[in-house]
Parts: sequence; structure tokens; C-alpha cells
Amino acid sequence: MAERGLWIAGAVALLVAAVFLGLGLRGNLAFVLELRALRLLGLVQVGVAVAVATVLLQTVTANRILTPSVMGLDALYVLGQTLLVFTLGGIGYASIDARLRFACGLLVMIGMALVVFLPLLRRRLSLTLLLLTGAVLGILFRSLTALVARLIDPNEFAVVQGASYANFSAVPPALLLPGLLLITAGVGVAWAWRHRLDVMSLGPDAAVSLGIDWIPAVTAVLGLVVVLVAASTALVGPVAFLGLLVVALAERLTGTRRHAVLLPAAALIGVAVLVGGQATLQHGFGGASTLGVIVEFAGGLLFLVLLAGGRRA
Amino acid sequence: MIEIEGVSFAHRGTPVLRDVTVSLPKGGLTALIGPNGAGKSTLLSLVARLQPLQSGRIAVDGMPVDRTPGRLLARSLTIMRQDTGPVGRLTVRELVGFGRFPHSRGRQTAEDHRHIDASLERFDLGDLAARGLDTLSGGQRQRAFVAMAFCQGTDYLLLDEPLNNLDPMYGRQMMRHLRDVVDGGQRTVVIVLHDINYAAAYADRILAMKDGRILADGTPAEVLTPDRLEALFGYRMEVREFEGRVHVLHHGP
Ligand SMILES: Nc1ncnc2c1ncn2[C@@H]1O[C@H](COP(=O)(O)OP(=O)(O)OP(=O)(O)O)[C@@H](O)[C@H]1O
Ligand SMILES: [Mg+2]
Repeated sequence: MAERGLWIAGAVALLVAAVFLGLGLRGNLAFVLELRALRLLGLVQVGVAVAVATVLLQTVTANRILTPSVMGLDALYVLGQTLLVFTLGGIGYASIDARLRFACGLLVMIGMALVVFLPLLRRRLSLTLLLLTGAVLGILFRSLTALVARLIDPNEFAVVQGASYANFSAVPPALLLPGLLLITAGVGVAWAWRHRLDVMSLGPDAAVSLGIDWIPAVTAVLGLVVVLVAASTALVGPVAFLGLLVVALAERLTGTRRHAVLLPAAALIGVAVLVGGQATLQHGFGGASTLGVIVEFAGGLLFLVLLAGGRRA
Repeated sequence: MIEIEGVSFAHRGTPVLRDVTVSLPKGGLTALIGPNGAGKSTLLSLVARLQPLQSGRIAVDGMPVDRTPGRLLARSLTIMRQDTGPVGRLTVRELVGFGRFPHSRGRQTAEDHRHIDASLERFDLGDLAARGLDTLSGGQRQRAFVAMAFCQGTDYLLLDEPLNNLDPMYGRQMMRHLRDVVDGGQRTVVIVLHDINYAAAYADRILAMKDGRILADGTPAEVLTPDRLEALFGYRMEVREFEGRVHVLHHGP
């Protein structure tokens, strides 16, 4: 079942990508294809990054209804960007290289995540406590963002606003390459750790007695999550429930939590959902900017179902 | 050899272990007995580095547990905890296979598979190998966890109440297997038991703990006397000798 599920996910992702590239081609073929390929690259990166980050976070916290954004991680990225606008001013912010902005945001995020989340993950908290803490932190980061935004000149506020909502149709081209590098590296590391991650999912005690040094291992995994979330947030903005949706689907399809299967399956489904959604909206409904809303709606609904139905996904 | 020297431990200022010093030479089956809350699990978890030491030192074959890389220790010592924790969607075979992780780092070889098969067979899990852990009974799951610890192939095996949930047949079988493991080589088993008669029948040595201290330490015949047992558990039990073994009648009215 596991292998078959993986093949299905792969086939769907490929098919969807082909449709995305090829459907309704008109006019200057080379130009349109290049445009679509770049867009596809952005969507693939985001799908993969969000899926892998969510699997990692769920594994180290031993619970399956967490996503990085329920823990407020993407809000942290937006806060970092807002702080940058605040300190540099809107013009200063806009005039520095997008890649440099991204690097600064990433550093702020890693620093804050290690300060805030590491103590929480050292020992496994109960699900309720973890959710509550995550929700509170998310609210905290968002309201801090709002507070800083108030202090900013109203004209510059627009710059911040652009960073606070998911937008799948305008991936900043300058970030495609750094995003690709970071996400490839991050996913590569996660793949290399797939067996360790299996062991970590048994919980700290079992993992320690199987030879994992828990605190360094959790720190490393959390670092990886932060990098992946930062990269995907920089590309399209915060996507709250996408990861949850994708990982729950992957687990359903493959019937396993083994990372050698779950990581690629989730990544492929992430790609299929994002690219498929975007293709449908572009060709079916015209208003392509609403994909974020639809994904959030479906993911949010699933989140409620999972909460209500216990932890069986 | 496991050397425990001057170990004290407190939870938020409440002492749980008070200056425990004891050493367990290689080989032999040692039973840890004592009332609820005596500190048995805490002592084992410190030896297995599941909690940081607060004072004193513990070494396993000369390796200090707080300063030796985890990978190294995992090849000589393992623990099965009293509460085995969440398991998710694992099959029995996958769980037992995790015992090979310290050796194979996840890429299982033919030798690993032989170890896994042997553990499954030893704990009578062959028929359950493909079943999900969440579909098993409490006792079956308990056996799967012991099989995983066994599969790790370490010289030292710490088992915290492995007889939980086991019926008399499997309880006895488990103790006989552990006895075999100890008699067959240089492996050392430390086991927390609540049924004193299992300790009497299978252990080479009994450590009796109460209030964070070691109250008695010796062979079953030395430790299991009416006076010691009363000091330990707070009521008088009759002790009989039958066919060379001590039997404690602890359940009388
Ligand atoms: N996390 C904790 N927080 C506070 N106190 C604790 C904690 N864990 C254990 N204790 C206390 O430490 C003491 C020793 O606990 P421990 O689990 O070692 O006992 P035990 O001998 O294994 O008992 P049992 O036979 O019930 O398993 C108990 O009094 C217990 O209440
Ligand atoms: Mg105990």
C-alpha cells in the first residue's frame, strides 16, 4: 500500500504539472512556457517545503494536527519583515535586494524560533498545551506585527501588507533561486535523516535509548523547519493549513508514518494540490489569486475534523 | 558493570533518590522491588540517561552516562520504560526492527533481519508481526516492546515492570526467556518487579528500595525475610521455603 500510494502521488503530481504547463497555450509559446515554468518552479518549491516542514514538526511534537503556522512560525517571518520595514523605512526596505531582505528575515526568524520554541520542544508538551501555546504565540506575533505596522508611515504600510497574505500568482523572481537552493538543501537533509526521524517519532525516551541525543536532534529538526517555512513564506506568504491538508492526505494514501515514504508522498501531494489548484483556478475561474483562500478553507475544515475526531488522521 | 555512586535526585525540591550507591557487575539478573513511589523507575531512568543527573555519577562499563555519546551507549545499554508511550501506525515487526537502529542506522542488513526474526520468535510474536501495534492487546504490546529492547542486543537490559499486563503463562515465559538470556552469556538484566515471587524464583540478586534508598541488597533468601518485607511494604507476610525456593505469601487476608 505504501509504495502504491507513493506512485499514485507521483503520477498525479506529474499530470497536474503537465496540465499546468500545457493547458490552453496561445500566442508566443516560448514566452508563455517560460513564464509558466517559472511559476511552476515557485509552486513546486512551496508545496515541497510546506509538506516537509509539516511532517518534521509533527514528528518531533508527536502530534498530527500541528502545522508550522498553527505554531505561529510564518507569523514570525512576517513580523521579521515588518521590523525590517520599521527600521529601514519603506523606501529603504524596497531598495535593498530581495535576497538580502530574505536573508535578514531568515536570521530574525531562526533567532526568535530558537529562543521561543526550543524550550517548548525539549520535553514533549501535551497536545492541548502545545496548541494553546502555538495559538497564543501566533496571536502575539501577529499583533506585534500590527503594532509595528501602526508605527510605520501609512504609505509604507502597503509594503508590509503585501507580505502578510498568501499570494500564489506573484512569486518574486529574485527569490526563486535562493529558495530553490535552501529548499533543496533542507529537503536533502530531511531525507538523509529519514531513519532518525522514524526513531524520533517513538518519543524522547525510546529515541534516547536507541542512541539519539534528543536535544541536539530536536534543535536540528526545528532549525530545518524554520528554514523551510521561511523560504516558502518569502515566496508566497503565510499558508496556514496547507501542510496539514497535504500530510493528512499523504498519510491516508500511503497508510504509514515511515519517513522514507511519508516525506516524498507529502511533498508530491503538496505539489499536486498547489499546482492543481492554481491550474484549475487559472483556467476554470479566472480569479487565480483566490487559491490561498480555498486551500485555507479546505485545510481549516480538515483541522476541525481532526480535532473533533481525535488524533486519527 | 553498572556503577552508581552517590546519586541523589529531587523533583521540585522533593527528594526521590537519596544518596544511592550500588554497583551491578556484568552478568546476572537483578530484581528491583519496593513499594510504589520508592524511586525504582527514577533510578533506572537515570542509568539510561533519560533524565539528567543532579548529583553523583553513573557509569556503564566505565562510560559515564552523562558524557558518553548516545550512539555508543545505545550499543551497550537499553531500557524499556514502565509506560511505553505512543506508537502510532507501526507494525510489530517495524517496532522490533527499531532495536537494530544503533547498529544499522536504519539500513537493515541480513544480520539485522536475523536478529529481528529471532526476537519475534522468542517472544512468540511471529503471528502478530504484521499487525499494527494499535490493534494489539495490552499484553501483546508489552511483549513487542520487550522484544524491541531485546533485539537491540545490548549487554545491559533495563526493564521497568515488563510483566505488566501479562497473563501467568506469558509472565512465566518472559522470566524464563530473561533467565536464558542471562545464563547464555554475559548479558545483564535489571528488572523492576512487583510480584515478589517472580523475583524469588528467577533473580540472582534482589535490590529492595524504599523512600529513595536501598533498604536491602542480596540473594532472594537474604532479602525476603518477614522483617525486611514488613519494613519494606508495611505489613507482615509469611515466608515459606518450598523445594529450595523462597515463597512469599503476600496476598493473605
Ligand atoms: N515528573 C514527576 N514530577 C514530580 N514527581 C515525580 C515525577 N516522577 C516521579 N515523581 C515522584 O518520584 C517518586 C518516585 O517515582 P518512581 O516513578 O521512581 O517510583 P517507582 O518506584 O517506580 O514506583 P512504581 O512502583 O509506582 O512504578 C514518586 O514519589 C513520584 O511521585
Ligand atoms: Mg515505576
